[in-house]
Amino acid sequence: MIEGFLRRDGRKGIRNVVAVAYLVECAHHVARRIVDRADDPDVHLIGFPGCFPNAYAARVMEAIATHPNVGGVVLVSLGCESFNRERLAEIVRASGRPVELLVIQEIGGTAATIAAGIAAVERVRQQARETPRAAMALDELVIGTICGGSDGTSGITANPAVGRAFDRLVAAGATCIFEETGELVGCETIMAERAITPELGHEIEACVHKAERYYTTMGFGSFAPGNAEGGLTTQEEKSMGAYSKSGSSPISGIIKPGDVPPTGGLYLLDVVPDGEPRFGFPNISDNAEIVEMIACGAHLTLFTTGRGSVVGSAISPVIKICANPETARRLAADMDVDAGRILEGEASLAEVGDEIFDCVTAVAGGARSVSEALGHREFILTYKAFDPIGPACLPLAGRASA
Amino acid sequence: MTQLILLHEDDNVLVVVAPIRAGDALPVAGGTVPAREGITIGHKVARIALQPGDRVIKYGAPIGSMIAPAQAGDWVHLHNMRSDYIAAHLRSAPEERE
Repeated sequence: MIEGFLRRDGRKGIRNVVAVAYLVECAHHVARRIVDRADDPDVHLIGFPGCFPNAYAARVMEAIATHPNVGGVVLVSLGCESFNRERLAEIVRASGRPVELLVIQEIGGTAATIAAGIAAVERVRQQARETPRAAMALDELVIGTICGGSDGTSGITANPAVGRAFDRLVAAGATCIFEETGELVGCETIMAERAITPELGHEIEACVHKAERYYTTMGFGSFAPGNAEGGLTTQEEKSMGAYSKSGSSPISGIIKPGDVPPTGGLYLLDVVPDGEPRFGFPNISDNAEIVEMIACGAHLTLFTTGRGSVVGSAISPVIKICANPETARRLAADMDVDAGRILEGEASLAEVGDEIFDCVTAVAGGARSVSEALGHREFILTYKAFDPIGPACLPLAGRASA
Repeated sequence: MTQLILLHEDDNVLVVVAPIRAGDALPVAGGTVPAREGITIGHKVARIALQPGDRVIKYGAPIGSMIAPAQAGDWVHLHNMRSDYIAAHLRSAPEERE
């Protein structure tokens, strides 16, 4: 059984993290030093580097500062940046969480703010410790999946094994999210057939076509040189492998970063910005995708890798599933699950799928994932622009509120 | 040990699951052929002879088209196939694009 942290809005977390957030790059050093001095695996650094306003970044920061895994927040502002710090502080306060706001220009500089921040973290941590615990069922769990450093083994071992785990989790009522429409280019037709309504199917095709247009304008697909070195030749080949992470459940809806799925089931996260390309690549690296998953409520993320990514994440643990048996041996101490055994005939897809499922329940129950135990707490948030999702994207939304 | 697997019966490429050395006998459609070169895990090998313009099928789905011929047993990669969507890039690509 999972013993969750019960938040005032009724959502439950699997961790009780204090988030220290810098609201512009100019406050990054001070915030990082506060986190370093706290020296606590459950005090995490998050932030947004930009000085110009961005509605997407504000929304993601709000979603993460009130994420069920977060027990309290310390905000670190330089003072002159455009981020609306008062609004963020108010949203966190309204969620029932302790929040403290430090403004470097008002407190009197670097050293004074670091000292004030250490004291603030201590106060917030004390209050967060009083969070009540409550039994948490699988149908209250939100699980994301991404792939990074994919190779020709990803699509035949780790990704379909995650698909098996997703099928079991969805059957148990959990909410599962897959993403990166730019890595689903070529799969849009077969994916649309899994939508729970024809209108949602059209939306799925439209959002993949949007991704293809966007990446074509950028001049590159979502395809790194290591993908080719690992045997993948084309975007659509990588896509077919990535797509298998979604398993075989019906697709219940499309969400965008910051949208929390209204029900259990399988959801597609549309990560490609709307409108004319403005701010560059949709997600400049894997951790930007993980941050968006967390903004959609993901308690943990299943990360498949063939070449061997080592990253974790702030706020929500990352479970690493290694696709390639050679990588699994070389980077054994960075992986939670070795799906490369499937290639060597030592395990079946179903067995590794069960192992991933068990790993999800163990990590949700408090066991540290490998990247978490190694201290990985990566976080990156950049500029984007989104329109709200269309009415056909969430056919079950009315049912949830009824 | 199995070196090549077929993911879907419609596929015209096989996937390398254990390293191949030049000269290894590769099972392809209709018999075996000696490997022309070493091929590493995760890469693809032609199951049948492929001509420029042929769709490459893996997972039972098209993953691109041939741009040069390949014999059964040949390595299939960037040198003889390409995307039907967005071109792949290598580390040298940004400079070459100038």
